[in-house]
Amino acid sequence: MVFYIAGGDFSNAGKASSQIKKALKQLNVNAKSIKQIVVAVYEAEVNVAAHAWEGKVTALIGENDIQVIVSDRGPGIEDIQQAMQPGFSTASKEVREMGFGAGMGLSNIEKNTNEMNIESQVGEGTTLKFRCFYS
Amino acid sequence: MKEKTKYHAIKVDAQKCFGCTHCMKICPTEAIRVVNGIAVIDEKRCVDCGNCMRACPVDAFYVEHDELSQIEGFKYRVVLFPSVFIGQFPEIYSESRIYEALLKLGFTHIFEVEQPASWLMESVKQSANDVYDGPLISSFCPAIVRLIQCKYPSLAGNISRRKAPHDLAAHFAIRQLIKSGANENEIGIFYVTPCSAKMAAVNQPVAEKESIVTGIINMKDLYNRIMKLIPAHETINTTEYRKHLSREGILWSLPRGESSWFRKRSMAIDGIHNVVKFLERLENDEVPKLDFLEFKSCNQGCAGGILLTGNRFLTVERLQKRAAAYPRAVQILHDFQEKEAVLEQLVTGEIEPKPVFVLDENRIKALEKMKKINSILCQLPGIDCGACGAPNCHALAEDMVQGKARMTDCIFLQDKYIRMQKIKPEKADKNLERIWGKQRFEADCNKKGGRNEGF
Repeated sequence: MVFYIAGGDFSNAGKASSQIKKALKQLNVNAKSIKQIVVAVYEAEVNVAAHAWEGKVTALIGENDIQVIVSDRGPGIEDIQQAMQPGFSTASKEVREMGFGAGMGLSNIEKNTNEMNIESQVGEGTTLKFRCFYS
Repeated sequence: MKEKTKYHAIKVDAQKCFGCTHCMKICPTEAIRVVNGIAVIDEKRCVDCGNCMRACPVDAFYVEHDELSQIEGFKYRVVLFPSVFIGQFPEIYSESRIYEALLKLGFTHIFEVEQPASWLMESVKQSANDVYDGPLISSFCPAIVRLIQCKYPSLAGNISRRKAPHDLAAHFAIRQLIKSGANENEIGIFYVTPCSAKMAAVNQPVAEKESIVTGIINMKDLYNRIMKLIPAHETINTTEYRKHLSREGILWSLPRGESSWFRKRSMAIDGIHNVVKFLERLENDEVPKLDFLEFKSCNQGCAGGILLTGNRFLTVERLQKRAAAYPRAVQILHDFQEKEAVLEQLVTGEIEPKPVFVLDENRIKALEKMKKINSILCQLPGIDCGACGAPNCHALAEDMVQGKARMTDCIFLQDKYIRMQKIKPEKADKNLERIWGKQRFEADCNKKGGRNEGF
């Protein structure tokens, strides 16, 4: 499954997570795992909408796990370690006023997934990969 | 709890139904297909919300109910009705005259369902402690409870483990009568239902073995009878029957009736399609932290119940006016011992999830089916026309991988196959007949809806 997200388009952030949820439900994945996956995907979608110019979510749904790749063209992350810290945020005032950008995104993704990896080129973009095993 | 088959209140009258697809399109769980020219309800998916009844142009859906003559077998004939029953009458009919007509009809005792509403609401408040994560969801509307069980199983644990209002009223009524010397087996409890969902819930409670109610009366049916019997003037004083009724009780079944009581951070949503949208978000954690959610399947809550007569907004207006004349719940004196005893009966177990949208129990097979659905979807026109007898292209693709439909059910694919000379036109006609019935397209023009009167 592939989804595209435009930068700044918060109203459509959540489309990918909803579709992925629907598929996982049809596969009879347990509710707790679905919730964790959906939360992680949603956070990633919001990240793209909040920071990047455009991005793509690719979900590979397997028998026992799901792999999600979120790649974007955007400003990139200077210090990934710092960005991972709960509460750290570079979100603009406008984004915060919309109720996003609390600095919990990446740490929330990490908390809800089994494996997570971020690669980023400043000025070019970021690729986030994560994997969840169904419990 | 072992369950035989899921009970359903809504049935299709094959004589009236002509397969117009209105119901199929509006069903919130995609439970309806047209087979052989008639709407067929998938029992597993149906939540008895009644939207199909509302959408039907020829009244082909009906609910089974008990005959009023049944009451004659009991010495104590109790009628339980929700306050919205009063709200649907034109204002010239005072509540006491309606009460009088009920007595004339043969009932010996009258209890409005919402009488000790505050008891149950307090108990519902306490049930918030049973929820580990997320908001407490009201168990008030049985269509919503079933919807969550089948479509949002992850939220089943958030539903309040308290019974429905009619259970409260029934237990309350029985205790009151026994206190005044009645023998339990002489009491017949007849519940007047405003909707199909409550009817199903009474006949097959979500987490109970059997219902406490003796019989169910269709509110529409009762309305017509009352209109015939209603006295021109008040002749007896019936206020005694309403001594436990409170302002909050009367408003309980309307939107915000529960949430305004719960306070804290609570929300009220009415209309099952609105509820579906919100549940999707709730399941994704895309909502702020909430304490309590009141969901009602019908727009304007029970005032919009499918078995009510009259306009739902006028019903709400009348009830609000009526409520203003009643005391607040805290001002009504209650017997605490009685309260404890009744509330004990209203606690249920956990609401079990019953997911019905799983493609296959075996995940490898489910994955294969999902891939197949996607490749089928690519070939379907995507206009959700319903001519295949399924509500939309996606539902048809699902039916196909489950072996319930064929590629030729899609009239556009079939047309393509004819052009490619893959199938003969005669065969194509046969296919159409399978969905739409024999001679559907040489319809009888005298039958209602026969020539698409444009509903």
